[in-house]
Amino acid sequence: MSNALLSARDLSIRFGGVVAASNISLDVHEGENLAIIGPNGAGKTTFLNICTGWLRPALGSVSFMGRDITAHAPRDITRLGIARAFQIPQLFTEHTVLENMLLAAAAHAGRWTPFRTLESIPERAAMMDLLALVGCADIAHENALHLPEGQRKLVDIAIALALQPKLLLMDEPTAGVASSEKFGIMDMIVAALKQRGVTSVFVEHDMDMVTRYANRVAVWTTGAILREGAPKDVLADPEVIRTVIGG
Amino acid sequence: MSAQTMALAFFDGVAYAALVFLVAVGLTLIFGVMRILNIAHGSLYAFGAYAAASLVAGLGLMGWSPWLAYPALAVAAALVGIIVGGAIETLLLQRIYAKEESLQLLVTFAVFMVLENVQRLVWGVQPYFVAEPVQMLGNINLGGIDYTRYQTLLLPAVALAVLLGLRLFLKGTLSGQIILAVTEDREAATAIGVNAKRVFFVTFVIGASLAALGGALAAPTTSILPGMGADMIVLSFAVAATAGLGQIEGAALTALLIGLGRSFAVYLAPEFEVLTPYLIMVLVLLARPQGLFARPEARRI
Amino acid sequence: MPWRPVLIAAAALVALAAPFAAGWVQTFLILALAKGLAVLGILVLLQAGQVSFGHALYFAIGAYAVAFVARGLAGGELVTLLLFSAIIAGLGGLVIGLFVVRYRYIFFGMLNLAFSMVFYSILEKFFHLTGGSDGIRVPRPSVLGLTLGRDGFELTLYVVAIVCAVLFGVLVHRYLKSPLGQALRAIKSNETRLEYIGVSARRVLLVAYVVSAVLCGLGGAITALAQGLATPEYAFWIRSGEFVFIAILGGAAHVAGAFVGALAFEGIRSFAAVIFADGWQMALGLMLIAVVLFASEGIAGLWVKLTGKSAPAKAEAAP
Repeated sequence: MSNALLSARDLSIRFGGVVAASNISLDVHEGENLAIIGPNGAGKTTFLNICTGWLRPALGSVSFMGRDITAHAPRDITRLGIARAFQIPQLFTEHTVLENMLLAAAAHAGRWTPFRTLESIPERAAMMDLLALVGCADIAHENALHLPEGQRKLVDIAIALALQPKLLLMDEPTAGVASSEKFGIMDMIVAALKQRGVTSVFVEHDMDMVTRYANRVAVWTTGAILREGAPKDVLADPEVIRTVIGG
Repeated sequence: MSAQTMALAFFDGVAYAALVFLVAVGLTLIFGVMRILNIAHGSLYAFGAYAAASLVAGLGLMGWSPWLAYPALAVAAALVGIIVGGAIETLLLQRIYAKEESLQLLVTFAVFMVLENVQRLVWGVQPYFVAEPVQMLGNINLGGIDYTRYQTLLLPAVALAVLLGLRLFLKGTLSGQIILAVTEDREAATAIGVNAKRVFFVTFVIGASLAALGGALAAPTTSILPGMGADMIVLSFAVAATAGLGQIEGAALTALLIGLGRSFAVYLAPEFEVLTPYLIMVLVLLARPQGLFARPEARRI
Repeated sequence: MPWRPVLIAAAALVALAAPFAAGWVQTFLILALAKGLAVLGILVLLQAGQVSFGHALYFAIGAYAVAFVARGLAGGELVTLLLFSAIIAGLGGLVIGLFVVRYRYIFFGMLNLAFSMVFYSILEKFFHLTGGSDGIRVPRPSVLGLTLGRDGFELTLYVVAIVCAVLFGVLVHRYLKSPLGQALRAIKSNETRLEYIGVSARRVLLVAYVVSAVLCGLGGAITALAQGLATPEYAFWIRSGEFVFIAILGGAAHVAGAFVGALAFEGIRSFAAVIFADGWQMALGLMLIAVVLFASEGIAGLWVKLTGKSAPAKAEAAP
């Protein structure tokens, strides 16, 4: 039994004729930044869906900190310490950016008595700090519905961070963010993660991001893991280059 | 419970199920294609009953052959379905296809309120009776008990015909295939040139006519009262929901299940007669929240 | 914003002056405010985007709870009766809510409708228990030990109605501003995200559902006491529809909208009863359709637009 933070064993699932996962086994070790790469449709997001309880695998199991979490409800898995930022950002579109954060903070802190308003919970200052971290402090009072894609992504990540997770799952974290800002913001996020001892797994298509931030890479292809290991080895592998990085 | 009582309950249940099926299948068809739950469906049922009663009574007054009562029932249903159903769809539903689900539901609920009032204004609150269609067919003796041919033969036959007819229509004709295509994927269907507006109109009129047919056929079997619409909408919803909204063949089975359940309750525990359909619905939904035959939809994130 | 205290003061003055105006004004206000409480219940659920077409169920539970106890105790005491009916209605809401909060939108609306109509049928059928369609007469209870005459009792009931309206208006307002209440709007906008911040949408909705049942039950109890009668009609779908209509008319975004809407509704109904008589229900339905098609913000929303007061971030649902 591994003492990895997150451990997936022999995950298998299919949707009709499509094999989205076939004997996926992967360990995520504490403190690392694991990048998941692979062509579209390879099953990367499906993997995240299974790990967070959104999908029940036909076979296999997932455990977190030694506990089996296979097919548990997403809300239970979230409460155990896994937070997620989505490929298509999932925001509360009837609330402002700050209110989105406050809802997450209130959920994490269990602030459910009716005696204070959402706006006045003590976590407010910390939430503004988090927004500053992802460069969104200036849009704190904007309605989340009308934000451009890049900012939605960042707010999505900030919401996940507000949950003070042990493991952060990010699905294409800076897709849609202006290229001039990508590195700056990701630098801050990764630094913050390191400071708080948060492990991260991120799905990425941008190899620059992978080389800069990942200390391990797992390559997905049609429902299976092709390679995994240190970035410089994996990214130099000819088969990986052929399958993922392309000509 | 003696064998005789069981037989009584059985045939009673099947006749009842046939009527409920007609209404429920229209409701579920409309939902399946248009994703709108037509609360006014109960009114269409009631209008069908009242219109049938009026038409048959009118025939009687004009001294025409009483056997014309049977086609009259169908005509009444068609008239209600086309005129009232068509009006609802063109005047109202077309404006709310793009709105939130809750608002759509509100509109059909409001239509129900309007139609119930219209019903009271037109036909009043006194009960109507139009028993000739049942009486004229006489009785049939099964196992020593007399049953009306109307309830044991005609009603199930019509229900079966509708079930098979719908199936044939949807799977076997071009129009039916188009309707199924719109049900499966509205966007894709419109992209290949299907006129969704016309599909919705046709579907709604068919569904409305089926509800009205249920009412027209029910008219000879009971006294027609205000409030029958409300009773029928919740009942037909229970049948449709237990099967899974949009499931046509499934609705036939759940109609049978609920019809038989209710009629057996009448003989075994009459106080629970009203409760039984909903008890069945709740039990099924507890086990399968989307209905017995619903296909689980993959949620996307 | 100077508007708010001025409005409240004006409302208070009207409220205090009313009993001296005319007897029917008092009765009118009691019934309107009781209805407003029920509408407040609908409003709470509306925050989560859910419409119940069957909350007259709890209105009737509250009414019959009062009727049974008052009849059994040959009167009973007002405050205990109200508390009792609120609790019973709340318990009913808990039991049914446990089932119903698994569902959304159409199923939610229709399941509630179904349960309320089943209750209506039971109230009508079980004549020996419930008095059938004639209902149960509600004898006048004592008030904190004092036996009051008809006028005195009605005045007390009037004060109770006002107190409840203000008290629950404020409580619900605070509830909706609290994290739990705001989570309701999160159910409406993105239930997936809500689950992914570790919150059970069902539990959040269940709390709201029980709150709504208590509010409706209280409204029903006050109404039964005012009318001296509890009838099956209290559970009928048309009554549920009225609550929904007023909630939409009053505007789902503001607590005050529930009471403003109820007052406007009852006021219009009193006039319309003369003109429309038999066509009241139809007029209501047509108005509801008009509101949905052309002004789904309702009175309170219009007020917000006119006064420029910043409304809570309210998004238009994308078609």
